[in-house]
Amino acid sequence: MFGFISRRIAMALVVMFVVALISFLLFRFVGDPVNQMVGVETTPEQREALRQRLGLNDPVLTQFFRYIWGAVQFDFGNSYQFKQPVADLIGRRLPATLELSFASAIFALLLGIPMGVYTGLNRDSWLSKVFLSVSLVGISLPTFFIGILFIFLFSVTLQWLPSFGRGEVVQIAPFWDTGFLTASGLKAIILPAITLGLYQMTLIMRLIRAEMLEVMRTDHIKFARARGLPNRSVYYVHALKNTMVPVITITGLQLGSIIAFAIITETVFQWPGMGILFLQAVQNVDIPIMAAYLLLTAFIFVVINLIVDLLYVVIDPRLRTERGRA
Amino acid sequence: MSILDIRGLTVQFPSRKDVFTASRNVNLSVDAGKILGVVGESGAGKSTVGNATIGLLEHPGRIAEGEIHLDGQRIDNLDPESMRKLRGKRIGMIFQDPLTSLDPLQTIEFQLIETIRLHLPLSKEEARARAVDLLNQVGIPNPEERISQYPHQFSGGMRQRVVIALALCADPEVVIADEPTTALDVSIQAQILKLMKRLCEEKNVAMVVITHDMGVIADLTDHVAVMYRGDLVEYGESRQVLGAPKHPYTQSLIAAVPRPDVKVHRFPQVDYIEGSAKPFKQIDISTHWLGKARDYKPVDGPLLSVKDITMKFLTKDSWFPKNREYFTALDKVGFDIYAGETFGLVGESGSGKSTVARVITGLYHPAGGTAHFAGQELTSLKDKKQVLAMRRQMQMIFQDPFSSLNSRMRVRDIVAEPIKFHKLASTNSEVNQIVDDLLEHVGLGVAAAAKFPHEFSGGQRQRISIARALATRPRFLVCDEPTSALDVSIQAQILNLLKDLQDELGLTMLFISHDLAVIRQMCNRIGVMRHGQLLEVSETEELFDTPKHAYTKELLSLMPSMEGLSRSNLEEELA
Repeated sequence: MFGFISRRIAMALVVMFVVALISFLLFRFVGDPVNQMVGVETTPEQREALRQRLGLNDPVLTQFFRYIWGAVQFDFGNSYQFKQPVADLIGRRLPATLELSFASAIFALLLGIPMGVYTGLNRDSWLSKVFLSVSLVGISLPTFFIGILFIFLFSVTLQWLPSFGRGEVVQIAPFWDTGFLTASGLKAIILPAITLGLYQMTLIMRLIRAEMLEVMRTDHIKFARARGLPNRSVYYVHALKNTMVPVITITGLQLGSIIAFAIITETVFQWPGMGILFLQAVQNVDIPIMAAYLLLTAFIFVVINLIVDLLYVVIDPRLRTERGRA
Repeated sequence: MSILDIRGLTVQFPSRKDVFTASRNVNLSVDAGKILGVVGESGAGKSTVGNATIGLLEHPGRIAEGEIHLDGQRIDNLDPESMRKLRGKRIGMIFQDPLTSLDPLQTIEFQLIETIRLHLPLSKEEARARAVDLLNQVGIPNPEERISQYPHQFSGGMRQRVVIALALCADPEVVIADEPTTALDVSIQAQILKLMKRLCEEKNVAMVVITHDMGVIADLTDHVAVMYRGDLVEYGESRQVLGAPKHPYTQSLIAAVPRPDVKVHRFPQVDYIEGSAKPFKQIDISTHWLGKARDYKPVDGPLLSVKDITMKFLTKDSWFPKNREYFTALDKVGFDIYAGETFGLVGESGSGKSTVARVITGLYHPAGGTAHFAGQELTSLKDKKQVLAMRRQMQMIFQDPFSSLNSRMRVRDIVAEPIKFHKLASTNSEVNQIVDDLLEHVGLGVAAAAKFPHEFSGGQRQRISIARALATRPRFLVCDEPTSALDVSIQAQILNLLKDLQDELGLTMLFISHDLAVIRQMCNRIGVMRHGQLLEVSETEELFDTPKHAYTKELLSLMPSMEGLSRSNLEEELA
């Protein structure tokens, strides 16, 4: 077990190293940072002095290791457009995005799993058909359109929920403003969370449904019935657990993409998260922010994948012994 | 008074177009402490009877007529909830495949205690004690320790014992066993049959054993019911039915069981199959493409010569070579196969016999040793051309006719593919002609060409596989358990076809099987394998008459046979 975890962590480090290399190369090849930082009237001497100060004249390897050394200490340099440390900028935006992602993941799981189990078990009921067709809409309409639709319906026409922003926030830690503790904050998160989570919910539902249909046909379910087990325990003790391995794989990956690619939803709802920050960075060629964002995204994916791998082992004893031996 | 009484049971599966009747007016009864065998080939409706009894008919099946009585109480009309409470408590069931019958994610302990506490008012500790006791009864060593393990930590035979323990959790009055030993090796099968017989007597359980295997019927049952396409064609005491079958289907079914005791030239076929005697056009091999242009040079000495083949699979990887652990699948295996003969490899699962086939056909690269085919070293073939030429001469027929054909290709394309790939015919019309002839020759008919594999039965698919293998005009066929997934009547047809083809085309064959009776009929010489080692090679008759190796003797003694029945009866009568 220990060997398994340490091997996974070693692999994760390799991935992070490669991503760091790529994000470092952004600096080298996507435009000249000095050009981005200074105006047109700067003299070549001033430029050269700036280069020297930023260490851009050092050998590439030195620069790379300096970059990594910084990144390990959460120092990603200063933003070109805001002239502030990137870590601060991201740190201020990160809670908003994490809260939004968390809310939408909870929404997707809490609705997707029961709906998937229901539609898998009651294939022909009318409710299953309603779930499936409605979820088809969820998957086929683009996120921004659903977002705008929701704003039109719930904010403009019915005026139940706010159309943009996070509402009131409360500071619970130096870097963490939460919207979960105020009524307006909770109200504000509903629409964006649903918009962001709709696709994942559909995916989870359909995946669980397909897996459920598969598992219900297996011999051990038939044997469980032949032992006289009641439906409840056949469905939830024996069947659902056996559907979990693929579901966790997909859910893990999807959770990563919820966090990393909330950009569209954040734009539609003017959610002050990392998505908007990243969009502005792209528009202004703010490379330090882009590079840091890339690293952070990769880090989130790597961590989630590590958790998913560990969950496999928790769920499936067959992996346990193989890994144990390996 | 019989415990289980089935009267006039008719089970139907309504579909959109019509109603399929899976079993028709079946009457059966079992007494406590007795074993009833239900025997028949696939599609006979024998499993349907078992499923109907325990109330687990697949949707949309339903009992159209008839009654089922359990100890005097009618149970076929119970509501689903009362029926569920009956299952496991009064009727237990054992399924075919022990590898899939247990929930892989829960411990044996969890599954046992769950079932025990469902049916009996016991505390957790009492249930656990009972579970350990049950495991002990079914012959699992160290039950105290092993109970907390997961299913995958048990071997196939041990898992079937656990399944039996689960079926016996609440001391049911009736146990239905659906093909309980089909997925097991012959030595394990013998143990499990013995166990079932013992438990049946000790616990005074009425047992219904559903099987396709006449040997199991002979070894195990007191009464036997023979089913054919939903009808009960014969029913009576086992020794009477097996000894003097009255119905023609029973007669031909018994005759079709490959006899391990004598060698016959052809397999007796089940001739009670309606509409099976379709005359097919036989092609004259001497003038046909298939026989023509077989430009292989005759070889001196053996056609295939295998020497000291060793095959290892990595089981524990490490960065340091000395820490790596291997499983030795083949340990210095060597034998010769001469042109025109059939060489048999026999052994239980895991003995490495399929690995030999894969090494010879080039699917695996051996860790050591050599294999010469027609004087050419096989394991060191590098040139792509040479590999292709070798592949053309050597073809393989696989065990599972369901997964060895591409289900998205029409039969014509499946058979034509090797011809086109090896460029054995010049024009498309010629290819089509060859495919038609091949399909005729293996007994399928031209009409088969336009269909997809799923439209055929297992035996027909195996014919397609044979046609495909012949399409490269090979001289060497590797048959890896070609009939073990088939019914006995179909098996006889396929084996006869292989024999005919061998005679006509002068094929050389490597025939792999776990079934000694089949091996005896098919092969000239036999090699016995165990744990990756070739223990003994000898002429077929010699092996059966005077086996040298102890393991061979053991294998031979374990064969369930109809002879066993008559012998044990004789002893009974003498005693």
